[in-house]
Amino acid sequence: MENLGYLLAAYTVIWAVVFGYILYVQRKQRRLQRQIDMLKESADK
Amino acid sequence: MNGNHTLRNSILWGLGFALMVAALCMVFVYVPTEKHTGIIQRIFYFHVPVAWVSFLAFFITFLSSILYLWKREIKWDAIACASVEVGVIFTTLVLITGPIWAKPVWGIWWTWDARLTTSLVLWLIYIAYLLVRSFATEPARAARYSAVIGIVGFIDVPIVFITVNLWRTQHPTAIIFEGGLTPPMLMTLLVCIAAFTVLYILLVIQSAGLKTMEADIKRLRSMKAE
Repeated sequence: MENLGYLLAAYTVIWAVVFGYILYVQRKQRRLQRQIDMLKESADK
Repeated sequence: MNGNHTLRNSILWGLGFALMVAALCMVFVYVPTEKHTGIIQRIFYFHVPVAWVSFLAFFITFLSSILYLWKREIKWDAIACASVEVGVIFTTLVLITGPIWAKPVWGIWWTWDARLTTSLVLWLIYIAYLLVRSFATEPARAARYSAVIGIVGFIDVPIVFITVNLWRTQHPTAIIFEGGLTPPMLMTLLVCIAAFTVLYILLVIQSAGLKTMEADIKRLRSMKAE
């Protein structure tokens, strides 16, 4: 099992970056949706 | 988002999840360990698909940028920008996993050979694309300038691809096309490529949706100001 640490490091980095990006996109989506809802609400008034 | 889009996204997420689980099982359970370099060779099954996705991402940006400059439709700019964002993420992963693989095999983290250097240049080109977008004050101008970078920058993609055949590099040649893989290795690689391609499509759909939402917010704000 020589070099197992390198293998785990590579796969950990890949998943950390991918999940980090998915989280970033979802948070941004929620924030933008709130802004759109607020703007639509104030336009209706 | 309408019902069709929700169904399409649900199917894609399900397919992506199933393919990714299958890919991980094949990499860590099914495929035999390579004789010469040992267990570290298993980085190959994610390193190559991640590189493939980054090339695909920049090709989609190239096509979308041409379509934007031709038709001036905002959706092509949103796809081009989303694809660059995802492509940069995946190129970053190529530049991280490559050295992690290189250290135990070559004894060094990095060398300025043709493949590695042109890959770094590719990453810098598309970082410049994102910087142009973030610094430009007028959206139409940002879209126009970045479309030009998206078209011209794509020149580096075939250069990165052929470097291993043009020059003697530390990086190995593309053994996939030379029949250097056993059938289980090839099968595992193809499943990993399919999994990452679906992941790319999903991320671009999500990210392009954000660009469209940002454009909607700008439009609503300008309507409110009037």
